[in-house]
Amino acid sequence: MTVALEIENLTKDYEVGFARKRRVRALDGLTLTVERGEIFGFLGANGAGKSTTMKLLMRLIYPTAGRASILGCDINDIAMHARIGYLPEHPYFYDYLTAREFLEYCAELFGYTRTDCRQRAAALLALVHLDDKSWDKQLRKFSKGMLQRVGLAQALVNDPEIVFLDEPMSGLDPVGRREIRDLIASLRHKETTVFFCSHILADIEVLCDRAAILQKGRLAHAGRLEDLRGRAGTRAMELVVAGATAEQLRAALQPLPAAQLTQTPGGARIEVPSERDVDAALAALRDCGARLVSVQPVGNPLEDLFVANQN
Amino acid sequence: MPLLHFLSLPCKPDRPYVTLRSCRYHLPTVRPCCSCDMPNSIVIAERLNRVTDTHREATSTPAGATMPRGTGVRRILTIARNAFREAVRDRVLYNLVLFVLLLTASAIFLGELSAAQEAKIIVDLGLSAMLLFGTFIAIFVGTGLVYKEIERRTLYAILAKPVGRGEFLLGKYLGLCLTLAVNVSVMGVGISLALLFVKRGYDPLALRIWPAVALIYIELMIVVAVALLFSSFSTPALAALLTFAVFVIGHFSADLKTLAAATGTTAARIFFGLLFYLLPNLSHYTKLTDAGHGLMPAPSAFIVALAYALIYIAVLLAAATFIFNRRNFK
Repeated sequence: MTVALEIENLTKDYEVGFARKRRVRALDGLTLTVERGEIFGFLGANGAGKSTTMKLLMRLIYPTAGRASILGCDINDIAMHARIGYLPEHPYFYDYLTAREFLEYCAELFGYTRTDCRQRAAALLALVHLDDKSWDKQLRKFSKGMLQRVGLAQALVNDPEIVFLDEPMSGLDPVGRREIRDLIASLRHKETTVFFCSHILADIEVLCDRAAILQKGRLAHAGRLEDLRGRAGTRAMELVVAGATAEQLRAALQPLPAAQLTQTPGGARIEVPSERDVDAALAALRDCGARLVSVQPVGNPLEDLFVANQN
Repeated sequence: MPLLHFLSLPCKPDRPYVTLRSCRYHLPTVRPCCSCDMPNSIVIAERLNRVTDTHREATSTPAGATMPRGTGVRRILTIARNAFREAVRDRVLYNLVLFVLLLTASAIFLGELSAAQEAKIIVDLGLSAMLLFGTFIAIFVGTGLVYKEIERRTLYAILAKPVGRGEFLLGKYLGLCLTLAVNVSVMGVGISLALLFVKRGYDPLALRIWPAVALIYIELMIVVAVALLFSSFSTPALAALLTFAVFVIGHFSADLKTLAAATGTTAARIFFGLLFYLLPNLSHYTKLTDAGHGLMPAPSAFIVALAYALIYIAVLLAAATFIFNRRNFK
């Protein structure tokens, strides 16, 4: 696999105060590598430095120290920006333009022909599920969710090799979230690399191959989601069963003293301390004729890791 | 993944991939992963595939379409066209209505005067209004050109595209110049028509005012460049104030030279002398009285004024780009 994004010791200090200026470190020596074709989650609480990183990569702000390269080119190489897409946080676009005009304008900046711009704009607006009655409405009349969709469309207008999404799901209703999530997942099939910031763990868990957790400007963790979950400790598993009495279940689970049984109105809930015990528990349950309803991990290890980092 | 195998679900390598994951804190979710398939995920799998296909159609280059050829000039022109569209949709050109009303009123109420005086007053009034309205647009729209983009964060998405900051600035500048060109041209035509109306026939003055109109336009181009430079590092209010100061002092530029010569102390002489060379000499561009008398500037004077303006604008835009290139957009 080749490298899509390489960040080396990226640091950003902001000067605050008017008379007595002091420096505040927003990003502290971030080093990170994202491979081509992967969906990379960039997690962090508000103010952790996620958007600062994005803005540094988009050359909206300049680093105090360190360097970064996208698709093998330095971030200051303007030509490289023809191969990437960016959705800013809280997207604000020219509110005097219609959605269609805005997308055509964006496509024109990439140098596409007029016809091509028109085709791209229409196809992308359809792709992000924007109601076609809104295509020719000025953006000032758009809701936040609709703007988010337009934002995603403009980020994809040049068919980018890598796309940077800053909080792509914010402001969307559950249906919208699902649609955008599916859309991001579908980028994987085009081998588009996705680097996206979020503080919503569910989105990261569903979409990402790898993730990094940023805490107060420093990289706290980075790696595959499975590894990150592993760092949070062993995961207890929960089995929900029906079709057997508590006595039958208790008898069946004799060989597993660590399993905890709780009766529920429809059946029982069994908690085993690790994934390794699930196999044995399932075998025991089958023997006593119980019907399996669900198996799932207890708690969210990624959330535990995220919260642990904040304190 | 192991969970699916515990549940003994069918595994068909040739089917779309989907795994079902769930945990206590969120509903079951979908993730393309391996070649496992299961009955309750087929619907979701189909949906994912449909999205993928739509996206392929949407973003792959259509047959026969040319690949992007992004040149700097084209990007600048695209930005300029959009800046013009912004000005039109923000109703900047509505000032023309006021201008037409002013001209019509003056043509009607000045009917009492003799025809020669009437024509002179129309030219005076028309060109003064053209300069005044144009200056207001140049200062107030010019100072907001870039600031508004930063404040509303609209430039974030644009600068992430292959657009240089200098290109962006130049595009915005040309967009406002285009707006002013339309404004000034319509006003010029208005004055010419008013002259034809009061004369009840052809008046050579209707054509002879155009060099003066062109000079006013060139002056406005300088004012926009000044506004752009100030707005590249300060707030619109301060930038407007500074631009207005430059506009006023620029009209009395010759007096600065006299002042420099008349001042006793060397420091004051250097200061006023420096100011004279630093600030634009705008008095070359305001030939209202001459135009009223039907006098046109000499071609050589016109060319010198144009060359001076182009050089001055180039220096201002280079300085604005230099500052803008170093800015951090927090």
